[in-house]
Order: sequence, then structure tokens, then C-alpha cells
Amino acid sequence: MLSIKLFNITTIAYFGAMLAFISYLVIRNRTVALVANICCYVGFALHTAAIGMRWYESYQILGGDGRAPLSNLYESVVFFAWTILLIYILIDLKYRQRAIGAFVLPFAFFGMIWGQLYLSDAIDPLVPALQSNWLTYHVITCFLGYAAFAVACGVSIMYLIKARKGRDDGEGRDDGGVLALFPSTRVLDDINYKAIMIGFPLLSLGIITGAAWANYAWGTYWSWDPKETWSLIVWFVYAAFLHARFTRGWVGRKAAWLSVFGFVATIFCYLGVNLVLSGLHSYGGS
Amino acid sequence: MTNKQDQSFLGIIWDFFCSLKLAITTLILLALTSIIGTVVQQGKPAQEYIQEYGERVYRVFVALDFVDMYHSWWFLTLLNIFAVNLICCSIRRLPRILKLVKHPVLTPVEKHYRSFANRDEFTVPVAVDRAGDRLAAFMRKHFAAPVVTARDDRIHLFAQKMAWARFGVYVVHLSILIIFAGAIIGSVWGYKAYVNIAEGTSTDKVWPRDSQNPIAIGFEVRCDNFEVTYYPGTRRPKEFTSDLVVLEGGREVLKKTIEVNDPLSYRGLTFYQSSYGPAGEPVFKLTVTERSSGRKLKFEAQRGEHVALPDGSSFAISDYTDSYKSFGPAIQMHLNDKNEKHGNAFVVFQRFPEFDAQRGGAYSFAVDSFEQQYYTGLQVAKDPGVWVVWAGCFLLVAGCFSAFFLSHRRIWLTIEPAGDGSLIRVAGNAHRNQPAFEIFFEDFKSRLKEELTGRQTPESAPLPVVETNT
Ligand code: HEM
Repeated sequence: MLSIKLFNITTIAYFGAMLAFISYLVIRNRTVALVANICCYVGFALHTAAIGMRWYESYQILGGDGRAPLSNLYESVVFFAWTILLIYILIDLKYRQRAIGAFVLPFAFFGMIWGQLYLSDAIDPLVPALQSNWLTYHVITCFLGYAAFAVACGVSIMYLIKARKGRDDGEGRDDGGVLALFPSTRVLDDINYKAIMIGFPLLSLGIITGAAWANYAWGTYWSWDPKETWSLIVWFVYAAFLHARFTRGWVGRKAAWLSVFGFVATIFCYLGVNLVLSGLHSYGGS
Repeated sequence: MTNKQDQSFLGIIWDFFCSLKLAITTLILLALTSIIGTVVQQGKPAQEYIQEYGERVYRVFVALDFVDMYHSWWFLTLLNIFAVNLICCSIRRLPRILKLVKHPVLTPVEKHYRSFANRDEFTVPVAVDRAGDRLAAFMRKHFAAPVVTARDDRIHLFAQKMAWARFGVYVVHLSILIIFAGAIIGSVWGYKAYVNIAEGTSTDKVWPRDSQNPIAIGFEVRCDNFEVTYYPGTRRPKEFTSDLVVLEGGREVLKKTIEVNDPLSYRGLTFYQSSYGPAGEPVFKLTVTERSSGRKLKFEAQRGEHVALPDGSSFAISDYTDSYKSFGPAIQMHLNDKNEKHGNAFVVFQRFPEFDAQRGGAYSFAVDSFEQQYYTGLQVAKDPGVWVVWAGCFLLVAGCFSAFFLSHRRIWLTIEPAGDGSLIRVAGNAHRNQPAFEIFFEDFKSRLKEELTGRQTPESAPLPVVETNT
């Protein structure tokens, strides 16, 4: 399948971008950062084309039973990587802080490489439970939310590294080193907050569309199954994060830690529940 | 206890439930405790826990309600604290926000201006009245229609945009309470049940999950047909469908073919395709060929039934399968002689009607078809609260967007006489997204200066509102 080849090239592009971003931090050459960004944008374009291609191929293979490529673990991880790049590009267009790429691209690259090497990329027709438009809305909103949290997590790690050195006065003036390329803690904190502001309503929509789907398929919008519960746990953590900003003592490093924990919970919700816990959801096993 | 002490005690409770620290703590506690129920399976029979964790641990689990934790007293208490916290916090803050929106400071003095991050002041060679007229028109054009207040020898202008964005947060908080209310309505006035209906039969009762007594639903549901379809060339189910008919007093009022993800709703009840199974014994249609005459006889038989043949012997089907190795559907049967003595068992394949002739004997058998009746298993849900929940969800998302992405922006202008001209003070403030407002404000300021010092506009529009405070 052509889409698989395109996904492979995408993975290579992200690998190149990741290496270039890291070299940028080490050798501090702006051209390297530009190369890294070009890799990102080209990779993203290929990635988009590959997803479209896979969609088209599903109609070639399954005839009238073709479907959006959002329904098994392989397709979800590929889509997750795509949404991470999308959010990264939005942040890049607004803030132009290339160092962030070094902390965000690894999430996308490791997702892609895991999908390409270890997951089944077969295009199978959908079992009856998955034949619903709610599936599409649910997956898109959830993963856009997850991607925003991935970016927030990357930025929070930068914040924690920078704040630990204690050489930053909030305005980005410090005494050089790799950290000089990091945005100031104030900007990092702001991006963290902005990313979560984007992610939180999307996650809320993801949970709601999931509930609507469950209600439509089984007659209960909430049954405390582990996947649902974990999505609620993630939601609670980020709600706590949003409120932490209004209370003294919960900002700065504590907020950054909350963001990192939030993303760990997000990843557990996405993968851990299926790989570690048992549940009703379909991604396990495949 | 004196009244005063009593009040301060209530005051402490009130402050406790108004605090944001409590909100954060409760959110984190809810997140942490919820994990338990995803690790320990919920609502299983006792033996399963004992097998997995042992007797002693099981008793601890029961004492702590871990086996049904989301309905335990302590989890519900946490949710209640959460709700009360939300209500108290909103009650305390809402009046302040209302005041801020409805009664903004219209006549700020220097001290006010100094408290703003975005501010400026400058003098222009334009008289106070003319400057006031022109700036009011300018504000209306470039921001929003201002309230104009003339007091002493000064003119104050105030304009705001999207004041209601301040309420987004309260909409989010209210929406959570609405979702809770919907869930409570559903659990008090609704139920979850199931029912199995064999093809061709109907029912007017459903069985709730948590009780032995069926519920009469007040109408009948008949299942005309149940079917599983497969993707071509595979055993992968493509769809499970049931043809359902709703009957009121014996009259058909509604027909629908339901499938997974497409239920039937009638009078507040919804029927979901959920499972299926065989109902009763299949009926086999056989063609029996009499070897001596070549005559073909048709029979219908069920498993275990002795069916008489013309020569006084009989046959019986003892077993059947949907797929015998790779040869497809097959039955196992035997003959009984006139004295009811069993013969040897043999297998007849539906796909190979000629095959049995090789066995020899007076009769050879072929399977024409066999019909298995199915029952369809339906989930039945009645949930009058579900629309309340959806309304809450809608408000939650709409409130989030307004809370995060809309900003209440305000601009104040004061014009006071200074020598031949006027001193202009300007300040602005946004409750969100300060950087974007900063850019806007800088631009607004420079245009404003240009307006007063640059080219002259002949006529300015009449002022929208004139208030004179005395
Ligand atoms: C999971 C439940 C909750 C959600 C989803 C939620 C949502 C929100 C959101 C989205 C904001 C805006 C945050 C921001 O502007 O960055 C907010 C602010 C706030 N929330 Fe909540 N909230 C929840 C629970 C609570 C609770 C239990 C309280 C109880 C005290 C509370 C009190 C507040 C306060 C005081 C603010 C600040 C309002 C302001 O801007 O002045 N929230 N909440």
C-alpha cells in the first residue's frame, strides 16, 4: 500500500527533525533549527497525504465498507502523531520558539516508529459496535486534546529544567548555555497554559462524544468502565491545573508538574488501560 | 454557645466551602481515588475476588467498598463536597462579577489610572468639549459605543466589549451541576433492563438488572426476524439486525429494523441490539430417497425425534453442527429397525446431497435445509435525565470556549482642561489574553493621538449617552 510507504517517509522526516532540533540546542546554529522546521512541515504534509491515501485505500480494499482511518491502534497512533505536529505547527507559527521542537517532536516520532514497527497496519472492516459516526467525532476530539497536552508536557519539562537551574529571572536573561535557547520561564508557562486551554475543551468534547456514542450503542452514557474513568481522571487533573493558576503556591513549578502528571495520565488513558487494565474498548489486542 | 461564636463557626464553614484550595484538593482526590475502581474490577461475584486476592484482602475490599466504589458512601461524599464547593464559590463570587459588569467605574480618578498596566496620558491643543465629542465618535468607530459622563470640568468616556465573557466560567460550573442533576434524575426515575425475544414472539415485560421482578412496559414488542450478516468471505460479523414491531392493544404502531448503533425508541424506552442466541431446536428438512423405487420423500424432523419410514423402520437426528471440519453444515443421525434397535450413527452433509447414497441401505438421506430460530437480546433503557445531561454537556463546552477564548475588554478615557488644550488619560484592561490586548491598545492609542493632533474631521456624530453626575 502506498500509504504505508508515505508513513515510513514521514517517520524518517520526523526523525530528521528531532535530531536537528537536538543539534540546534547543542551547536546553537539557527540554520539547523530552520532545517528541523522544514523537516517538520514537509513531514506533516506527507503525513496528511498518507492519512488521506489510507482513507482512499480502505475504499479500494473494502468497497462500500471503506471508512475513515481512525479505528484501530495503528491508525490511532498515526493520527495522534499527526495531531501533535498540528499543534506544534500552530504554536510555532505563533511563538517562533524552535527549541520547543526538541521536546515535542520525540512524542510524535516515537509514536510513529512504534506504529510502523510493532502494530498491525491491515485495513480490516469494522465490527458492528464501531460502525458509528460518533467514533470519528470521538477520536478526532480526543486526540486533538491529547496532542495539546503532549505539547504542554514538553513545554513543562523545559520549564522544569530551566527553573531548576535558577538562572532565569522570568524575562529570559540568563548566563548562556543550552538554556539560552529556551524561551523564558514566563513564555514557557504561558504556552503551557495556552496549550491546556486548547486541550481541555477538546478533551471535554472527546468525553462527551464518547458518552453520546455509548448511549447510542448501549443505552448508558456512563458506566465507569476503566477507559471512561481514566479519561475522567485526566479531565480532573487538568481542571485542577486550570484552578491552580488562581491560587498562590500552585503556580510555576507545581503547575508544570501537574501538566507532566496530566500527560502521564493521558498516555495511560490511551495505552495503559488497554495494555495494562482490561476494558470494553476495542483498541486492545489489535 | 454565644451567637457570635456560632456565627464565626458558620463563617469558617462557609470560607472552607468557598475556597479554591478545597476545589483543587477535591479534584485531585477524585482523580486519585477513581484509579482504585479501574484496578480492582467492579461489581463481580465474591468468589472471583477471593480467588484473585484471597479471603482476607476481599474482606478489606468490602469494608472499604472497593468492589463498588463509584457508589460508595465516601466517593459520593467527595462528589457532594465538590458540588457544594462549586455552589458556595459561585454564590460568593457572582455578585461581585455582576457589579463589575453592571456598574463599572465611570469616572475614574488619577489613582485608578495608575493601577492599570495599559495606560497613557498626553496633552493635545484641543478644547475639552471638542475633544470629548471627537473621542466619543472615535471610540465608537474603533472599539465600542462609550458611556459619556461629564463631571465638574472633565469628560469621562467608558466603553466595554463582551462583558458577558466574564460569565463563561459560571456557565461551566453551572453545567457541571446540571449534569449531576441529569444523572440523579436518570437514576431515580429511569432503569436499565434487558429482554430476550425469540423470533416470531412478543413481550410486554422487561427484566431489570438488579431485581428478579419483571417490569410491565405497557405495550408489546415483537421480533419478526433476527439476522447476522458477515463480511464477504469471512466469519467477521458485519451487522446484527432485528426486525422489531411495537404493538399497542394488538395493533402495529411502529416498525423498525434495529442494529448495533441504531436503536428503537418508543414512549421513553429505548431498545438496543445487544446479543443473540439460538431459541429452541432447529427444524431440519430432509429428502429421503427409497433405493428400491427411486421415490423421493420429504420429511421435517427435530433432534431426538423418531420419524417413521414407509417400511416400518424409523430415523432420528442425534446431533448437528454449522460446520463439520471444512465441509459445512452436517447432521449426525441413525436408523432404528422395526424392533426399535439402534443402527450405527452416520453423518450427512448439507452441501453434498449425493454423498449418503454411497452408504448403501434401503434409504439414503440428504439435508435440504435446516432452520434455526434465534432470540434477539435487547438492552432496554429508560432515562428521563439524559436530555438534561446533554444540555449540561453543551453548556460545559460552550462555557469553556467563552471562558478561555473570549475576553472582556474595557477602555476608559478622561479629558480634563490643561492650559489651552486638554489632558487626555487613557487606560485599558482585558480579563484574558493580555498580550493580544497590549497590541490592540498600543494601536488604539496611536490612532487616538493621530485623531486629535492630525487632520481635522469637520462634523462629529452626536453622542450616544450623556449622563451628568452632580
Ligand atoms: C471539574 C470541575 C470544574 C471545572 C471543569 C471547572 C472549570 C473552570 C474553568 C474552565 C475555569 C476558568 C479557568 C481559567 O480562567 O483559566 C474555572 C475557574 C474557576 N473555578 Fe472552576 N471548575 C470546576 C470546579 C470548580 C470548583 C469545585 C470550584 C469551587 C470553588 C471552582 C471555582 C472556580 C473559580 C473560583 C474560578 C475562577 C473564576 C474567575 O475567573 O474568577 N471550580 N473553572
